[in-house]
Amino acid sequence: MSEIEYKVPTMAEMAANGETPEILFWVGCLGSFDDRYKKVTVAFVKILNAVGVKFAVLGTEESCTGDPARRAGNEFLFQMQAMTNIQVLDMYGVKKIITACPHCFNTLKNEYPELGGNYEVIHHSTFLQQLINEGRVRMEGGGTFKGRKITYHDPCYLGRGNGVYEAPREVLEALDADLVEMKRIRSKGLCCGAGGAQMFKEPEPGWKEVNVERTEEALNTGADTIAVACPFCMVMMTDGVKNKEREDSVKVLDLAELIAQRQGL
Amino acid sequence: MEYIQQILFAIVLGVVGWLIYRRITFIRDTIRLGHSEDRTDRPSERLSMMLRMAFGQKKMFDRPLVGIMHFILYAGFLLINIEVLEIILDGISGQHRMFAPFFGTFYLYLIGFFEFLAVAVIVVCTIFLFRRDVVRVDRLQAERHRELRGFPVLDGNLILIFEIVLMIAILTMNAADSVLQDMNSVHYARTGDFLFSQFLKPLFAGWSEGALIALERGAWWFHIIGILGFALYVTYSKHLHIALAFPNTYFARLRPRGEMKNMPDITKEVKLMLGMEQADPNEAPAEIGRFGAKDAMDLSWKNLMDAYTCTECGRCTANCPANITGKLLSPRKIMMDTRDRLQDLGHNMRANGGKVVEDGKTLLGDYILEEEIMACTSCMACVEACPVMINPLDIILQLRRYKIMDEAHAPGSWNMMFQNMETSQAPWKFSPSDRFNWANNLRQ
Repeated sequence: MSEIEYKVPTMAEMAANGETPEILFWVGCLGSFDDRYKKVTVAFVKILNAVGVKFAVLGTEESCTGDPARRAGNEFLFQMQAMTNIQVLDMYGVKKIITACPHCFNTLKNEYPELGGNYEVIHHSTFLQQLINEGRVRMEGGGTFKGRKITYHDPCYLGRGNGVYEAPREVLEALDADLVEMKRIRSKGLCCGAGGAQMFKEPEPGWKEVNVERTEEALNTGADTIAVACPFCMVMMTDGVKNKEREDSVKVLDLAELIAQRQGL
Repeated sequence: MEYIQQILFAIVLGVVGWLIYRRITFIRDTIRLGHSEDRTDRPSERLSMMLRMAFGQKKMFDRPLVGIMHFILYAGFLLINIEVLEIILDGISGQHRMFAPFFGTFYLYLIGFFEFLAVAVIVVCTIFLFRRDVVRVDRLQAERHRELRGFPVLDGNLILIFEIVLMIAILTMNAADSVLQDMNSVHYARTGDFLFSQFLKPLFAGWSEGALIALERGAWWFHIIGILGFALYVTYSKHLHIALAFPNTYFARLRPRGEMKNMPDITKEVKLMLGMEQADPNEAPAEIGRFGAKDAMDLSWKNLMDAYTCTECGRCTANCPANITGKLLSPRKIMMDTRDRLQDLGHNMRANGGKVVEDGKTLLGDYILEEEIMACTSCMACVEACPVMINPLDIILQLRRYKIMDEAHAPGSWNMMFQNMETSQAPWKFSPSDRFNWANNLRQ
């Protein structure tokens, strides 16, 4: 495959050139700062480049949607964040947003409208599924997944929160991998333990960590890959696999990384 | 002499009716303690939700076998009520089986069908008792779930035993009736043998007419007083769901599950702070009430109706990641505590002429502990699991809002997270100017 030159234009650069992107890629905090999840951001941007979608990011003008503050009970801080973000989004006339984070997705899609921010918001799993269905992402080049066992962990705010269960599974099936399901899936999927701002504090006393409980379930499927579609789940499941000392044999990967790998991007 | 039974019956009916009425107004008055919330939009969607969830019991069929068994109890309950109507009318008018001439031969099939349901109810209640007390289904065990200790465990068993006894009374009554019909007893018009109770007839062979009439009347009275007692008992028990499941699913939230309710008071404040709106100089400064919920009256009426609708089945708790991993949080306990608080507030109101007098207690602190609400991952598994669309998460998050905003009481690391968000626009302490560094290698 020929070397592709990857572009990551910002909204500000586009606006300066008098251009309007088709979509805004909302990167999110973990996608911007977390060393592990930055790889997912890069993988997704490569896919966007490869299919030739006209997109832009906010770059340093992006800021937290406020989701963890709201779930922790700090409504003031959430609304401050939301209002400021809406001002930035509206300044650039953003219509359509894609994000890889189900928490950003839920907040932007369901909670910003009441504060005056109205956008079409799509999670990257749905977007990837659309690209595959339209034939814009072809499963060629790169490494094959044939015969490999992959299990998928449903993020709460994608699944139960917004009813997206099929898109991520269709993406995985397109890889030609063997999708092996855990016992608690879809609307009955078990949380990774990070939601509700739990990520930002020590857990309450109990007999087990939630992410360990979930990781054990994932490992019991015999899969060598745990596919995730949420940065918080990525952190929790990766920690869980380390806790079980299985990081050499089991990988935790995001849907975008799997597609990029398959395409050799 | 003949009228004594009728008069007695009318008195019993009147007294129980009055007691149930008192109890219903008690429940209504406590639900009205909650603040207002509009749940009347999109009536057709609401109706269809109610039909699917309450009438069709959609969620109960997530586990088909339990779903079918529960549906039998429910159908038995609803349909046998048609016979109860006849029993009540018989009781008032002093007639016997007044529907029989009206339905003709169909009456035999009708009662046969009711008897089929009665037998099915006995079988299912027995299996349910077996599941509770012998198989010991985890979510129903008080040793594992502290909220079930005491009355709730007894309540669950009592209801099942109650139903079995009532159904046996119906069958006994019908069998004695059939034997009396065979004797051509004056008051017992020929209807033919009934589907199941005919097999009980040999038990009463050789009894005198007087003894049989006493048995038939005894079973009749036992059954109707049992039914009326059951109706009253239900209003004190977790079994209120048989009525409240309908309004509770009708008024359920129709928004995506992930969406948290907005706080418009705060939106106003934030807009003023950001200079997006100017304060109206003519408007008196709004009296800022309590942020979030500390007590039951800070919740909405729908949260409170949820509490009365809860059947303590524990599907929420069995799916709660915090509870599964041994944390103190149990969504079922949140609902039960809210109802217990409402009970206390209701008695408080009745004792004080309709006004709640400060009792030094609050829902958060005296019933629900801080440690419980802090363990919630807001994963919505409890909301998803509830067959009658109760939302424990909504209560948990309102209590958290009170803790964080009104009491400014948060774990240290949450305060750090808030501070980071204010200063670095991310929940972690990163420099906002580094936010775009991830693209450095791609943008060279």
